Amino acid sequence: MSLVADGVSAGYHGRRVLTDASLTIGAGETVGLRGPSGSGKSTLVRVLALLHAPDAGHVTLDGERIAGVRHRVPASVRTRIGVLFQSPRAASDPRLTLADLIAEPLRAVRHPRERIAGRVAELADRAGLTADLLVRRPHAVSDGQLQRACLARALVHRPRYLLCDEATTMLDASTQALVAAVITAEQQATGMGVLVVSHDPALLSRWADRVTEVR
Amino acid sequence: MNPLLTVSGLTVRFQLRDAVVAAVTGLDLTVRPGELLAVVGESGCGKSVLAHALLGLLPANAAVSGKALLTRAVGPPGPVDLLACGEKTLAREIRGRRIGLIPQSPATALTVVRRGRRLLAETLRAHRRDPGLADQVAREAGLDPADLERYPFELSGGMAQRLATALALAGEPPLLIADEPTGGLDRPLVDHTLDLLRRRCDDGAAVLLITHDLAAAERVADTVAVMYAGRIVEHRPARELFSAPAHPYSRGLLDALPDREFRAVAGHPPMLTALPRGCAFAARCDRVSGACAIQPAGPVACHHPLTTAEAPA
Repeated sequence: MSLVADGVSAGYHGRRVLTDASLTIGAGETVGLRGPSGSGKSTLVRVLALLHAPDAGHVTLDGERIAGVRHRVPASVRTRIGVLFQSPRAASDPRLTLADLIAEPLRAVRHPRERIAGRVAELADRAGLTADLLVRRPHAVSDGQLQRACLARALVHRPRYLLCDEATTMLDASTQALVAAVITAEQQATGMGVLVVSHDPALLSRWADRVTEVR
Repeated sequence: MNPLLTVSGLTVRFQLRDAVVAAVTGLDLTVRPGELLAVVGESGCGKSVLAHALLGLLPANAAVSGKALLTRAVGPPGPVDLLACGEKTLAREIRGRRIGLIPQSPATALTVVRRGRRLLAETLRAHRRDPGLADQVAREAGLDPADLERYPFELSGGMAQRLATALALAGEPPLLIADEPTGGLDRPLVDHTLDLLRRRCDDGAAVLLITHDLAAAERVADTVAVMYAGRIVEHRPARELFSAPAHPYSRGLLDALPDREFRAVAGHPPMLTALPRGCAFAARCDRVSGACAIQPAGPVACHHPLTTAEAPA
């Protein structure tokens, strides 16, 4: 079982930013990914998350070669991959409360309403979000609190793979350690595969089982 | 050497519709010429509010009290109180001239419709310096002068950061405030930015570095002030603090680093609208006692500080 990028080349508006990149994330494994700014790390994450169509190469999810991106991929396939982005502000709808933010992916696939509240409460608790925070909107919480809500949202579908794109770079040391601990606990419970994209050698050597590089 | 900036009893409150946010409370600090002081803490601890208070950039619902005395270069003798001198003095004499600001997220702080060269030249002209120095100032900030021909939206995060730094250096201010200057940059760029700040200090300027990045503070700071819930809880020379933190919160932050324990501080910071009367860290602290109901004071604001033997090496 694995999430694989195989010979992926990708870019935007004809401008190539990633050439022939291959990467495998096995179940239960934590893979570190590093590389200089502009080397295409985020683009590789977007391709793996089925958000961006590669110009060449393909993504294989648990042995199944994926055709298409975004809504062309069945929801049951897309929800096997969770993503945690660098900027929680840019990745959250300012109109939603944190509780609705966490519940949104469940509502999007018409999850039974009576089971949503329980799942949100469970994840909020694991991410250390108290009830008074869950009723607030993004502008009324700190970056660290918002990123913890985004983490809860990323885990809400029990993804088999979680992609973290510089997800702790803007967090203080304590929040970074908390986010990593929540992810590691989920991984131990479910055998989730994790990709950690980071510039920080200390973080990668502590968190990842192995580190690969994009050039 | 005499301090360049002496802040005493700085207190900032934000009035909301139904609550008061205690953003900064009774904050004291000094910065001397040639000193790099790093203010570190979790997001929301009040460190950026401190920077904005010193520059008179707080929103209208802020109430500020205390003193922030900055040495004057010219004009009337004696220092100027940044919190009392008024907008006119701040605009004419302080901002950019006595205090340069490297803002958080420089990409959003730059005028998008002007090329870098025009931004820098007009800033130099405002400081009565030769606009022809633009190339030299850009190079000082680590920016290739060729990149001055670009518009801000054509710059990468690192280049925008260096352009904002060049603008802050244009007035040759004796005090530089850098508000999270390394956010979103990769390691080589972070190190480059920090080394640049360090060089300014070594040339005699003073730098107030506001950051959540402890590794950054450890790399360049002379002194470190750890902020928690709007107060400074530990204010000591960097080498002492990183080798033997005395406040339990400082130890917790250091323990959270990936090259140390990689373990989060238990619990969560208190709401700034409902701070406890005593030590704000007591609810998360494993050394708490009855004494903690009274607000601690001093360079290590704790009733039960760690001894050198207890602190991690």
